[in-house]
Amino acid sequence: MLQNWGLAAAALCLLALATVAGQWLRKHDSAALDRRTVDAFNARVQAWWFFSLLMACGFFSPALTIALFGLLSFWALREFVTLTPTRIGDHRALFWVFFFFTPMQFVLVATDDYGLFSVLIPVYAFLFIAARSALSGDYDRFLERIAKVQCGLMLCVYCLSFAPALLNLRCLGAEQDAARARLLFFFVTIVLFADLLQWVWSAFYRQHPIAESIDANRSWEGVALGSACAGVLGAALVWATPFHHWYQAAAMSILISLTAAAGSMTMAAVKRDRGEQVSGIFVEGHGGVLSRIDAICFAAPVFYHVTRYFFGSPTS
Amino acid sequence: MITETLLTWIARAISGASVRWVESQPDTCQRVYFANHTSHLDPILVWASLPAHVRQVTRPVAAKDYWSRGPLRRKLTQVFNALLIDRTEIKVHQSPVDLMLREIGRTQSLILFPEGGRSSGETVGEFKSGLYYLSKKRPDLELIPVYINNMNRILPRGEFLPVPLLSSLTFGPPMWLEANEPKTDFLQRARAAVLRLRDA
Repeated sequence: MLQNWGLAAAALCLLALATVAGQWLRKHDSAALDRRTVDAFNARVQAWWFFSLLMACGFFSPALTIALFGLLSFWALREFVTLTPTRIGDHRALFWVFFFFTPMQFVLVATDDYGLFSVLIPVYAFLFIAARSALSGDYDRFLERIAKVQCGLMLCVYCLSFAPALLNLRCLGAEQDAARARLLFFFVTIVLFADLLQWVWSAFYRQHPIAESIDANRSWEGVALGSACAGVLGAALVWATPFHHWYQAAAMSILISLTAAAGSMTMAAVKRDRGEQVSGIFVEGHGGVLSRIDAICFAAPVFYHVTRYFFGSPTS
Repeated sequence: MITETLLTWIARAISGASVRWVESQPDTCQRVYFANHTSHLDPILVWASLPAHVRQVTRPVAAKDYWSRGPLRRKLTQVFNALLIDRTEIKVHQSPVDLMLREIGRTQSLILFPEGGRSSGETVGEFKSGLYYLSKKRPDLELIPVYINNMNRILPRGEFLPVPLLSSLTFGPPMWLEANEPKTDFLQRARAAVLRLRDA
């Protein structure tokens, strides 16, 4: 119980700090940081608040958290497919993707059917999408079209669903529900913290950008320093996790941070490919749900499986 | 009133529409909104994207053969206050233009789809002449071009189940029929006004 409140307090402190920093930057215009950078920072902090509230539900009702993640997934997939040029031949396949596979994935996550939810999309949906589009008889750019739908479903639904799946992951030393809710809270806090800090450090040290054409605001220095900070935070929060030693929590946090960076880069590439102006027409104001979940999408399945492999209880 | 609000929200949720007004403002003055047409949801969508007070004086024009089939569609047309036009039986003394003008009187606005039918969505088809005769008889009506983007993917021709992608609606600046403007020139100009909003 003390651990729950401790973790919540730690997250709240970090959030408050980030919010105050963001508001201070907004008030005090400086030459080094332009308006857009500050707004982007504040958008990230807002998303962090949102996710923290979502995670807090996990302590009271795991089913509600899973359902909310399902809605988030649905919305992200909606944005993804909108940016993707599909043809009328894919219409029926898309219908099944939206109204069968997406809800089904989260129902299986909620019922903790690991054997099925870990293969539903990579096996059944993968084959189904290809077959259903073939049945419609439109072969124009066929491989390209089905690959895009499959990729969207994998990223926005399958990968993201591993975050709420942490609520059912049985670990040694995390037998109670509260311990698993803490694991999810720990994971999301590290992802968003790492994402924010990588971005902040990249703003200071931008000598070696990773790929300037995709994301000009992400440098190797930023990723390294951000990951180091995430490692320190992870080690400091080890008491809230099922990990036994501080260095394990630190290593996990660094892993989360690196996969989160990979996720952000990948989603930025997807958006660049389709052009900013396209997403601007359909998604007004903020960057959309897709750019807020990109880091979680990549980090969730990796974190889930590494934790399961090293710390999972033998019965599960 | 409650069904109206509810259906408006359902239409907005299905279409995920973001609405933009480019060099134009919502207003309750008498107007004719004319848009490209790619899906059966279009009349509802344009109507639902207008602010509530404008919606009350605006009537979508819809095809009688589609919208009078079945009790659900008939109920929907009542809620949206749609003006049904018979596309199959057009007679001289009962022309759709006269019917529209009679129905709207001096207060109501219309939502029209001058292509006459749905197109595939890649291009905007040639406009039918109804819009011209309408403005010729009532040159005071403001004509507002509307471009509907992506609805052809949400509910394409020949499909009956929608896929919930995001769409966008762009309302453009008002235009009028110029004095002595030939029919073909005017229709070309109106079509160009809709197409211009695609890139706006």
